[in-house]
Amino acid sequence: METTVSTPVQNGRSTPLSAGFLDPVHDAQACFRAIMSVMARPGTRQKLVMCSEVPPEPLTPAAAAIALTLFDYDTPVWLDRPLMQSEAVKAFLRFHTGAPILSEPVEAAFALVSEPQSMIPLASFNQGSAEYPDQSTTVILTGQTFGKAQAVTLAGPGIKDTASFSTGPTPPVFWDQVVSNNRQFPRGVDLIFAGTAEVAALPRSTRITLTEA
Amino acid sequence: MNDTAQIYDQGEYNFAYLDEQTKRMIRRAILKGIAIPGYQVPFASREMPMPYGWGTGGVQVTAAVLGKDDCLKMIDQGSDDTTNAVSLRGFFEKTAGVRTTYETSEATVIQTRHRIPEKTLTEDQILVFQVPIPEPLRFLEPRETETRKMHALEDYGLMHVKLYEDIAKNGHIATTYAYPVKVNDRYVMDPSPTPKFDNPKIDEMAALQLYGAGREKRIYAIPPYTKVKSLDFEDYPFEVQKFDKPCALCGAENVYLDEVILDDRGGRMFVCSDSDHCEERRAQGHTGPMAANPAAAQITEKNQRETTR
Amino acid sequence: MYVAVKGGETAIRNAHKLLAKRRRGDTSVPALTLEQIAEQLSHSVARVMGEGSLYDETLAALAIKQARGDLIEAAFLMRAYRTTLPRFGYSQPVDTARMLVERRISATYKDLPGGQVLGPTFDYSYRLLDFTLAAESDGAELPVETAEMRDEAMPRVTDLLGDEGLMEPDPITDVDAPVGDLTREPLAFPADRDLRLQNLARGDEGFLLALAYSTQRGYGRTHPFAGEIRYGEVEVEFFAEELGFAVTLGTIKVTECQMVNQFKGSSKAAPTFTRGYGLVFGQVERKAMSMAMVDRSMRWQELGEEQSAPAQDIEFVLSHSDNIQATGFVEHLKLPHYVDFQAELDLVRRMRAEWFEKRDQNPDEDAAAQEAAE
Repeated sequence: METTVSTPVQNGRSTPLSAGFLDPVHDAQACFRAIMSVMARPGTRQKLVMCSEVPPEPLTPAAAAIALTLFDYDTPVWLDRPLMQSEAVKAFLRFHTGAPILSEPVEAAFALVSEPQSMIPLASFNQGSAEYPDQSTTVILTGQTFGKAQAVTLAGPGIKDTASFSTGPTPPVFWDQVVSNNRQFPRGVDLIFAGTAEVAALPRSTRITLTEA
Repeated sequence: MNDTAQIYDQGEYNFAYLDEQTKRMIRRAILKGIAIPGYQVPFASREMPMPYGWGTGGVQVTAAVLGKDDCLKMIDQGSDDTTNAVSLRGFFEKTAGVRTTYETSEATVIQTRHRIPEKTLTEDQILVFQVPIPEPLRFLEPRETETRKMHALEDYGLMHVKLYEDIAKNGHIATTYAYPVKVNDRYVMDPSPTPKFDNPKIDEMAALQLYGAGREKRIYAIPPYTKVKSLDFEDYPFEVQKFDKPCALCGAENVYLDEVILDDRGGRMFVCSDSDHCEERRAQGHTGPMAANPAAAQITEKNQRETTR
Repeated sequence: MYVAVKGGETAIRNAHKLLAKRRRGDTSVPALTLEQIAEQLSHSVARVMGEGSLYDETLAALAIKQARGDLIEAAFLMRAYRTTLPRFGYSQPVDTARMLVERRISATYKDLPGGQVLGPTFDYSYRLLDFTLAAESDGAELPVETAEMRDEAMPRVTDLLGDEGLMEPDPITDVDAPVGDLTREPLAFPADRDLRLQNLARGDEGFLLALAYSTQRGYGRTHPFAGEIRYGEVEVEFFAEELGFAVTLGTIKVTECQMVNQFKGSSKAAPTFTRGYGLVFGQVERKAMSMAMVDRSMRWQELGEEQSAPAQDIEFVLSHSDNIQATGFVEHLKLPHYVDFQAELDLVRRMRAEWFEKRDQNPDEDAAAQEAAE
C-alpha cells in the first residue's frame, strides 16, 4: 500500500518541518522557470534560487535546488556511488522530496551524478519507448564549470542557427554518447548541467557537432 | 466575481490555485514536451473549477509556469474581453494576484484560445494554448492505441491520404483551422483550432509555445526557433487565408479579420480579430475605410466603454 | 473582435447574481436546508458522491443546493473541491463480507445463509403518485416492522459458488503491486481491471445503464444473473505507518453488486460462472448493476471471447463514461468560435463560387452524364 503520511507536504499551506526553500512556492517556481528556460534554449545558462539549508556533501546546493523543484514521491531517483554512500544525502532527499531512491538506473525518472568523470554510460538509463519516449530518465550532472572545457557546437530546436556550449567535468567519450543519444530521437535521455549557481541543459533533440581541437 | 472566485479570497487555495505537488507533475511534463517537440506528453490533468473544454489544459499549464512577477495576457478568439477570457483572467487575478494586461508587448505569459497575436512575439514571452483535441490523427483514427503507434512509427500516411482526397474532391485542402503541422521534421501536431492564417507564426517563433489539453490529459510544446511546417504537397503548397480588404477600423492589412454583421440588410464589415492590435493602431492614428461610419462607430464606442478598466 | 456579444466583467457578474436569485426562487418559500437534502434526497446525494468521487453527504447536499438540483453540475462541484484536498494515502480494501447489511437480495438462490433481506426498496411498489406526500402532514413517524435479524453470517453468493468450483476464482493479484489511480496517472490503454472499475465507479449512471441495457439486447451478451446485491455500512481502514496497524477512519454506505455470468469455457478453462463487479457509494442499485454488467463485458479478452459490441470496447467505454468531461466538452460549444467559423465561412463561400462557376461553364454536363448512363 502506498502512503505518504510520513512525507512532508509542501503545498504552501503547511509549513515544512525544516525549510528547504525559504519560500517553497515562489522559489520552486523561479527554479523551474530557470530549468524550463535552459531546456527550451539548449546551451544557455540561468541562475538558480538556492535552498536556505546547505545540503550534505557531495550533494551541491544547485543539485539540491533542482531536486526540490522537480522530485517527489512519483519520481524514482537514481544516485551515483558517492551520493548513494552518503546516508545524509539520502536522508536529505527523502525528507525534502519524498522521492524513492533506487539502484537500477533503468527505472529512474531522474539520475543525480556527483562524479561525472566516472559516470555510467548514458545508455544505461531509461531511454523511453517509441510509443512513450517521455518515460526516459533525466540525467543531472552536478559540480559543473561552464566555459572552460572544449566547446561543442549545438543545433536544433530552441537554437537560432547554432550555439556553442562548454561544460565539465564529463566522462571520456561523453560527447560521442550525447551524439548517439540524439540519433535515437525521439527516444533518449535529457541532460541537465548544474554548476555552482547556474544551470544549463541539453535535451535529446539537440544535435551536437564536435569542434576539432 | 462569482461564488467560486469568492472562495479564493478566503486564502483556502495555493498561489495560482494548484497545489505544489500538482505543479511539479505538470512542470515535469512541460520539460518532457520541450525536449520532444510536438510529442503529446500524458499528464494527470486535474479537475479544475471551470469545465473541461473551457481551457482547463491552458489554465493548468499557465498555473504551473506563472510566477509572482509575471504579467499575464488572456485572449479568446484574439480578443481580451470575450466572456471566457474575462473569466479566466479573473481566475488568475484572484488566485495568483499577478499583473494582467491587454497589451501583447507587455505580457510575459499569454494564454490563448484559437488565435496568435498579430504582433511578433519575443524570446522573453511564453505563449500558452488551450487545446480541445490534441491528437491531429483523432478524426481519422479514433483509437488512442492506434494513433500512438502511428506517431511511434512516424506513419502519417493516413493524414496525407486525407489531405490528398481533399484536393481530388475540391481542388484544394479543405482544412481552414487546426491545420496539421510537422514539428522538427518528426511529429505531426495539432496547432489547436487557430485559423491556418496563424500557422506561419509558429514556425521559428522566438517565444516558447506550450500547449495544454486538460480533458484529454496531454501537454506538448514547441521550443523557440523550431522548424514547424504546415503539411502540404509540392504541387499544392500550403497557403493562408487572404482578405481582399484591410481592417475596416484601423486599415491593417495582412492580419486576420472577423466579419461583423451591422444590420439585417446585408451591411457588414471586416475588422481585426486581434483587438489589442487594432486599438493600438487606431491610437496611433491609423484609420480604416469604415472608421467614420455611424454603425461601425457605435460598435467601436461600445467596445471602448467596456474595455475601460 | 468588435461585436455586441462582448462579455465584459459586468455582464458576467450580473449573470451570476441573476443565477443566485433564480436558484433561491421565491423567497416566501423557506430555503432548503442541507439536512433536508441529505435526509430526504438521499439517492441524489449518493449519486453526486459517487460521480463526484468524494464521500461526504453534507458537501454533496451543498453541491446539489448550489447546482439547483442539476446532479452532474453538483458532481462537478464535488470533483473540483476534491482535487484540492491533500492526499495522505490509500485505504485498505473494504471488506463487504463484514458489511452491516440493510438490504441483501439474491436472484440466484431462494434462500441462502443470512437470508434475503428486502430492506428499503422501490421494488414491488406500485408507481402511483402518493398524494399524501403533498400534504402538510408529511413527516409523521411511520411505524415499520422488520423481521428479527438472523444471527448468522452473511457470506457473499460468489463465495458460496466458489466453494463448489463453479465460480471462477478471484483473479490472483499481487497484493504488493500498487493499485492504479486514474486521478494521479492519466489513463493509458489497454487499461487493467483496477483502472476500469475505478473509471466505472466514477462514471455516469445513465451512460452505464444504456451500455448495460445494450448487452441485454444482444450487443455483447453475457447472460447475467444478479448473484447478489447488498447495501449497508462498511468500515474504511487506513494503515498507519507510524502505528504499524490499520485504524478505522469511519464508515461509509455502499451498494455492491456481484453479477454471475454464464461462461461456456474454452480450450484452456472448464465451463464455469464468471464475475462482473459493481461497487458504488450509497444505495444506487441501478448503477451498481450496470457497472457489474459493463465490467463483465469488458473482460472479453481475458476470457477468450469475441469482441463485437460497444460495451466490450474498453477504450470507447472508458473514454466516454465521465460525465464531467463529457458535459464540459459538449457545452464548450457555447463558447465563441467566431475565428474558426470565419475560416469556414470563407471556405464555404469559395467552394460555392467554384461550384456555380463550374456548373455555369458546363450546363450540358449533367445531361450528357445522364445520357451516358442510359
